Amino acid sequence: MIPAAPSPASGMRAGRRRPRHRRGGSAVLACALALTGCGGGADPASGGGIGAGDTITVFAAASLREVFESLAEDYEARNPGSEVVLNFAGSSDLATQIEAGAPADVFASADAPTMERLAEAGLIDGEPGEFARNRLTIAVPQGNPAGVKGFADLTGVRLVACAPQVPCGAAATRIQEVTGVRLSPVSEEPSVTEVLGKVISGEADAGLVYVTDALAAAGEVEEIPIPEAAEVPNSYLIGAVAPDAPEAAQEFIDTVTGSAGQALLQEAGFQPPADRP
Amino acid sequence: MTGIRPLTAPERVRRPRAGFSGLPPWLFLVAALGALFILLPLAAVVVRVDWSRFPELVTSESSIAALKLSLTTSAAATALCIVAGTPMALVLARSAFPGQQVLRALVLLPLVLPPVVGGIALLYTFGRQGLLGGTLRALGVEIAFSTTAVVLAQTFVALPFLVLSLEGALRSAGGRYEAVAATLGASPTTVLRRVTIPLVLPGLLSGAVLSFARALGEFGATLTFAGSLQGVTRTLPLEIYLQRETDPDAAVALSLVLVAVAVLVVGLAHRSSPPAFR
Repeated sequence: MIPAAPSPASGMRAGRRRPRHRRGGSAVLACALALTGCGGGADPASGGGIGAGDTITVFAAASLREVFESLAEDYEARNPGSEVVLNFAGSSDLATQIEAGAPADVFASADAPTMERLAEAGLIDGEPGEFARNRLTIAVPQGNPAGVKGFADLTGVRLVACAPQVPCGAAATRIQEVTGVRLSPVSEEPSVTEVLGKVISGEADAGLVYVTDALAAAGEVEEIPIPEAAEVPNSYLIGAVAPDAPEAAQEFIDTVTGSAGQALLQEAGFQPPADRP
Repeated sequence: MTGIRPLTAPERVRRPRAGFSGLPPWLFLVAALGALFILLPLAAVVVRVDWSRFPELVTSESSIAALKLSLTTSAAATALCIVAGTPMALVLARSAFPGQQVLRALVLLPLVLPPVVGGIALLYTFGRQGLLGGTLRALGVEIAFSTTAVVLAQTFVALPFLVLSLEGALRSAGGRYEAVAATLGASPTTVLRRVTIPLVLPGLLSGAVLSFARALGEFGATLTFAGSLQGVTRTLPLEIYLQRETDPDAAVALSLVLVAVAVLVVGLAHRSSPPAFR
């Protein structure tokens, strides 16, 4: 009868949460078309090419949802009989799930510290690589009712940002350091989704979100760029989860870092990693 | 709870405390498994607590601010629940009108509604763009991102607990004493004040305690509707959720504090509940 602290408790049980299964129907269809590997992940040798017939589980930061869903479809089409199971959540949540033994083969985080945490714990195979960058921008409700023109205007309006403890909040802190503008948000949210929600609903005059969030919500929010944000971007890192990551895990990582993956990421508003143009 | 048949006084006295239960033995095993399902996760929290850092973790500035805010807002929400819930319980238990069953089901809806949905509903009611947004702005009241919003969110989810407890107590108490008081010439208000309320006071108290506990644990509606800012809207559950990102030990320590307060509150509710609920 006493529902004590519902959500934090469910967060602690997160390790046992089942990953979302995608498009079982189309996997069956791919099976039927290829007339091979129809036993699902049971028999990796039955198909042609690396990863055929394999199931790989990818844990990815929530901001990667659209891009990774397309990439998973491409991957499954190129490797008949294979299946990519995707699980999206906040990077920190996912890391906690992996630490608790969740069956992930690939992990893609929205910031470097979270990936480093897993790498230090010996849970990442080899060196995780940067595959994209993201930066903050200002989102305002349609019509920009508070007349926000730039970062410096955010001091006088009802601003919602992420809490400094989460990656998007850490990015906001870095921009404050670069610009010297001190912000005092009316709310410091635990995730960027909450920030965006409060801008879309018009409760906040402005919110600090990622460029990719603002792009995905175009039509519901207007974007005002922060030039300084480019100096302090967030790094997106990807790595195979140790031990026992199947060969297909590396194959999927190559899909993300390859030209097709990069094109999709940039279309969604991500920037290329530091070592690329 | 509402379905409980009122016990007559002799039945209460004769209720067996021990001895022959009449239950098949295997039932006890299943019941024990059920109890374990609830107790084991709580024990897991206790096991995970880093006791050497516990005092430091639960007395940090942000933890104290969250605890204080949680206690004050939950107390305010409980008061609102009593003020708004008591008349509702009385009307539902003592009167009959068309659509009463439907109304009861609707009033109890927040019990089964995901709190996030409650938060969204409150946002569309009291928010800037909400139903009452324009009126509130004209009155110079801004609710979103304020402590008031936290109290409203907590009241929304906790109110059914008070209504349910009190309505159950009213039904099991029956209306005989009121009828007698009325025949002796007492006005309806006097009957309510002097007979009904004293009679169901234990039920009201246990309902209030349950509401307080529910308000204390509120998370989803608060985050959606009120936001999260230290000392203003960041209650203990929100603080736990945020701490988890950087300091899981602090989150566990604060979880234990919340569990302890909840246990205390349930204990109080049990002591003050009428026999029919024990």
